[in-house]
Amino acid sequence: MIAIILFALLLIAGGGYFAMNVNKIRQNILLGRDIDRSDNKKERWKTMLLVAFGQKKMFQRPIPAILHFCLYAAFVITQIELIEIIVDGLSGQHRIFRDGLGGFYTFMVSFIEVLSVLAFVATFIFLLRRNVLKIPRFNMKEMAGWAKMDGNIILFAELLLVCFIFMMNGADEALYNQGASHYNTGESGSFGLTISQFIGPALFGGMDAHTLHIIERIGWWGHIIMVFGFLNYLPFSKHFHILLAFPNTYYSNLEKKGKFNNMEAVKKEVELMMDPTADPFAAPAPAEGEVQRFGAKDVTDLTWKNLLDAYTCTECGRCTSSCPANQTGKLLSPRKIMMDTRDRLEEVGNNIRKHGKDHDDGKSLLRDYISEEELWACTSCNACVQECPVNIDPLSIIVDLRRFLVMEESKAPSELTTMFTNIENNGAPWQFSQADRLNWRDEQ
Amino acid sequence: MSGLKVPTMAEMLATGETPDVLFWVGCSGSFDDRAKKITKAIVKILNHCDVKFAVLGAEEGCTGDPAKRAGNEFLFQMQAMMNIQVLNGYEVKKIVTGCPHCFNTLKNEYPELGGDYEVIHHTQLIQGLINDGKLAIKGGETFKGKKITFHDPCYLGRANDVYEAPRELLQKLDAELVEMKRCKTNGLCCGAGGAQMFKEAEKGNKEVNIERTEDALEVKPNVIATGCPFCNTMMTDGVKNFEKEGEIEVLDVAELIATAADL
Repeated sequence: MIAIILFALLLIAGGGYFAMNVNKIRQNILLGRDIDRSDNKKERWKTMLLVAFGQKKMFQRPIPAILHFCLYAAFVITQIELIEIIVDGLSGQHRIFRDGLGGFYTFMVSFIEVLSVLAFVATFIFLLRRNVLKIPRFNMKEMAGWAKMDGNIILFAELLLVCFIFMMNGADEALYNQGASHYNTGESGSFGLTISQFIGPALFGGMDAHTLHIIERIGWWGHIIMVFGFLNYLPFSKHFHILLAFPNTYYSNLEKKGKFNNMEAVKKEVELMMDPTADPFAAPAPAEGEVQRFGAKDVTDLTWKNLLDAYTCTECGRCTSSCPANQTGKLLSPRKIMMDTRDRLEEVGNNIRKHGKDHDDGKSLLRDYISEEELWACTSCNACVQECPVNIDPLSIIVDLRRFLVMEESKAPSELTTMFTNIENNGAPWQFSQADRLNWRDEQ
Repeated sequence: MSGLKVPTMAEMLATGETPDVLFWVGCSGSFDDRAKKITKAIVKILNHCDVKFAVLGAEEGCTGDPAKRAGNEFLFQMQAMMNIQVLNGYEVKKIVTGCPHCFNTLKNEYPELGGDYEVIHHTQLIQGLINDGKLAIKGGETFKGKKITFHDPCYLGRANDVYEAPRELLQKLDAELVEMKRCKTNGLCCGAGGAQMFKEAEKGNKEVNIERTEDALEVKPNVIATGCPFCNTMMTDGVKNFEKEGEIEVLDVAELIATAADL
């Protein structure tokens, strides 16, 4: 009975705290400007199925893709066992689904065991890649400190999680051999679990039933505590991608990558300037609603999709490793753009919750997090957008920050200012007269 | 006169004619000495195939692409609105352009501002001419035994998913088409996009065009083919940097086709 109460408390506390933190993230994301991504639902579901569920873009790099797929498959399928654990925990039963499912139960749990072993191996290789092989994209500047630790914590937690599964199942197999399993005292033999029927007796075979019960319970409780720990670690970690990958791909930009949005606010002003019937001395029409700045200075000037992108980023660094600017030693790293956006958004969100909606901490995403030098290094080549396995768009943030620099602060590298002047005066980025545009026709 | 027939929209209108397609030359194609050769190669092909086309000439202005990528949305939209007024005034339906930046802007960013046209890249137009039997590639300089590699312009490839049209044309040349290790969706930028063409690169340890030229040199080509005047400039500079300009030519797909067809 005490066990049931303890379990129920764990469930409520673990679920509740997680829900609270997810809600905070939701509030933060909704601080962004609105953008309409409600169209084309069919295409959106398809994109989500292919890119998030099917991991299509991961397979651009086959080795990490296969390893990642092992972890992913194990994670998804293990959820079935988790349901049983929760029902068992609340009802005080043991392996409650076994009677009803029979052979299928053995198959399911065995399948989970095989995937868990694969996941264990994959996780181990991931740790090696990060810490021993030191794959470059995991050891760049922005990955120092917390980001590196975050990655390792998750991987160690996953190893531990798998260990607990096999402690639980292995000890149970050993107990069953002795006819002492909780499942059916008296009956003896094996559950027939593919992995545990061997490693159970091998590891725990010589132990007495009492010790085995303790080991089995440590495995069971260890597993479920890890699950809740992991769940509640997610909102503080890059690992939140396991959940947000799905909505983030659903809300993907479905337009051609080369298409940048045409700013509506600018369109109105330009139309007015081009309209010969407009009265130049008329008082400007009163602004509707809040006056927005042109481009983005801080995270609240970005769209909610940009902000969702930031929380979805798992810092894999494929974007940065494919970025021409980064490869040639420039300061720009698309991954850092996403990490900065998330960090700043967390800060802004916490400020609002602490000090109210209009609090100004005197900081902004531009300059306090992302420098002008980073922004001006971008060639807008879309390699980062192409590479991202969960359809994050760092380029759209870069362009919005540039827009603020140019249109609100008139701050662009001097050569670009010259280019603007040339286009304005003679319709070409260079200083040639528009009247000479067809001179090539008469040149030999 | 160079012997090329290049009517302007205004001239055509004066004779009561309407062209089937507008050739959008672009700023590079109009003013840059190297890019002008590409423009002329495209015109030679159009003339040879009797395509009824016209240019805007002095009525054409920058599409606004570099302004937009650099964050100057005002200037972009001013340019766009002016160009759209001209294009709609001539009731233009179809546009071909030799510059992927113009191509992308006209095709994707003009419609919302009132300029809705069918926009194609010159490699797509030439592909159509060959498929329709209007252009045959023989008689000219043969590229047999030569190695050609194609550098994907970002604004043609990743930005608009056009990968096959230029490659199909190159395959018609009877040359060996070799791919760089980074190509198509994984292609590396030449370093000129996003208005970088008009400024010094930010501080780093290498120029992007050098990194890209190294990719090209790895496959030991005789020709580096491009489909963008900016890429052409960057790759030409890269080849010169390695002092390989004697061995490797940087040419636009249109120039290769025009040469092979003896135009």
